[in-house]
Amino acid sequence: MATEVAMKQKKYAESLLEAENTLVGIPPLTEADPELTVEEAYYIQLENIKKKTADGQTIIGKKIGLTSKAMQNLLGVDEPDYGHLLDSMVIENGGLVPKDKVLLPKVEGEIAFVLKKDLKGPNVTTLDVLQATDYILPSIEVVDSRVKDWKIKLPDTIADNASSAFYALGGKPVKVEDVDMELLGMVLTKNGQLVNTGVGAAALGNPAQCVAWLANRLADFDISLNAGEVILSGALSAAVEAKEGDTFTAKFAHLGEVSVHF
Amino acid sequence: MSTTVYQEIADYLVAGEEEKREVKKVTAELKKDLTVEEGYQVQEKIVSRKLAEGRKIVGPKMGLTSKAKMDQMNVDEPIYGYVFDYMVIDNGGKVSLSDLIHPKVEAEIAFIIDEDIEGPGITGAQVLAKTKSVIPALEIIDSRYENFDFTLPDVVADNASTSRVVFGTSPKCPSDFELDVVGATLAINGEIKELGAGAAVLGHPANAIAMLANMLARKGEKIRKGDVILSGALTGAVLLEEGDTVLGKFDGLGDVSFIVTE
Repeated sequence: MATEVAMKQKKYAESLLEAENTLVGIPPLTEADPELTVEEAYYIQLENIKKKTADGQTIIGKKIGLTSKAMQNLLGVDEPDYGHLLDSMVIENGGLVPKDKVLLPKVEGEIAFVLKKDLKGPNVTTLDVLQATDYILPSIEVVDSRVKDWKIKLPDTIADNASSAFYALGGKPVKVEDVDMELLGMVLTKNGQLVNTGVGAAALGNPAQCVAWLANRLADFDISLNAGEVILSGALSAAVEAKEGDTFTAKFAHLGEVSVHF
Repeated sequence: MSTTVYQEIADYLVAGEEEKREVKKVTAELKKDLTVEEGYQVQEKIVSRKLAEGRKIVGPKMGLTSKAKMDQMNVDEPIYGYVFDYMVIDNGGKVSLSDLIHPKVEAEIAFIIDEDIEGPGITGAQVLAKTKSVIPALEIIDSRYENFDFTLPDVVADNASTSRVVFGTSPKCPSDFELDVVGATLAINGEIKELGAGAAVLGHPANAIAMLANMLARKGEKIRKGDVILSGALTGAVLLEEGDTVLGKFDGLGDVSFIVTE
């Protein structure tokens, strides 16, 4: 039985990886397998991360998703999810998102944490996170789904590395003591036009609280957050679809700007 | 159209306000073909009536300043109305439901004007140069129309739904802020209900004041030294209920609160 489950997870992991490589979205895993659990989905995600690191990629950090009430309501869940950030996902500030590597990309503005101390759950508090943070930066996350047309349920997106694709960091490093993250405002523009605005509180009330959630959730998989890791703490506003030729800029209070092109 | 008709509509709307009851929108029966220009004529009658009764103008207020609301009303210009002295509630004070119809609250940034600003051709930067200080505010809007159901000319005639306002008590110098990325949260009984950043107001709150100066210029009017102007909502509007404690928090500008009584 255990092998059967492991085989199933391997198979799902392979189909997601193939979708990523061929840019052909797959049907939701939960369509063929409505019983697929969140825990299984995280193991599918880990399967592909192991494969990628074995191929020479490096884990840079983590991303937290589904941190807004709106997104949680949309998927009918009451907790966030997370994925892994790899070196292959980094875009320079102002850089180009390679069009041959995305299906239906969307853009979100987020606060990125860079850690100076390890964080290992359980029982990590928001205050622990603040004390373990070296600095924060503005970031744009490009999310994408290897599931056709974003027809995702919670296990689908988790298995798909929380729908992460690329991310850019920008602005200037700022110490957490110098800002009130809960009220830190952001404006996202597309080709110079306002798209939406957000505030730190959009991420579970406070982005640092999201990082604490992550550290505690990772403890279930015996994973810790490590000094030097980059953590994307969750979207401050709704994800916006990107088309070829678009330029997105996220401007943050106190932190500066970050932008990407498509 | 004779000005008596404007006066009749103005009296009809003021009766709704004073008797704390909803009225049918003007364009439903009273005057189906009311235009926006005529809406402002009605509004002027309301303003004149209140001035004649000894009320004093605190300043203009801007409405429909968000992209979402403009799209919803299918307009490309905001609207304005006037805040009177009797509408101002102390910070931390009480808003009594029995004085109002179906009030909603929004978080805004108010501008205290240092010198007259006369359009046309005024831009946000010029407004900032003539702004003495900015203060956070909670505006309570209370359309006199049934179910907040109105067309653009209706809401203009109804003094842009203006009803009550609570100002913060610590004015700040506008040049110390990037008002487009000032974040705000609106919490009811400790739970964040709405949030947004300054850019939600026409890209920058000062842009709304500039548009006001330019709209007033068409009538040979101007923004006056000493006006305290509500620039438009950073957040969505939340319906008030008895017993609510309402708290608006603004990054660097401080807090504003009130409680809702019977």
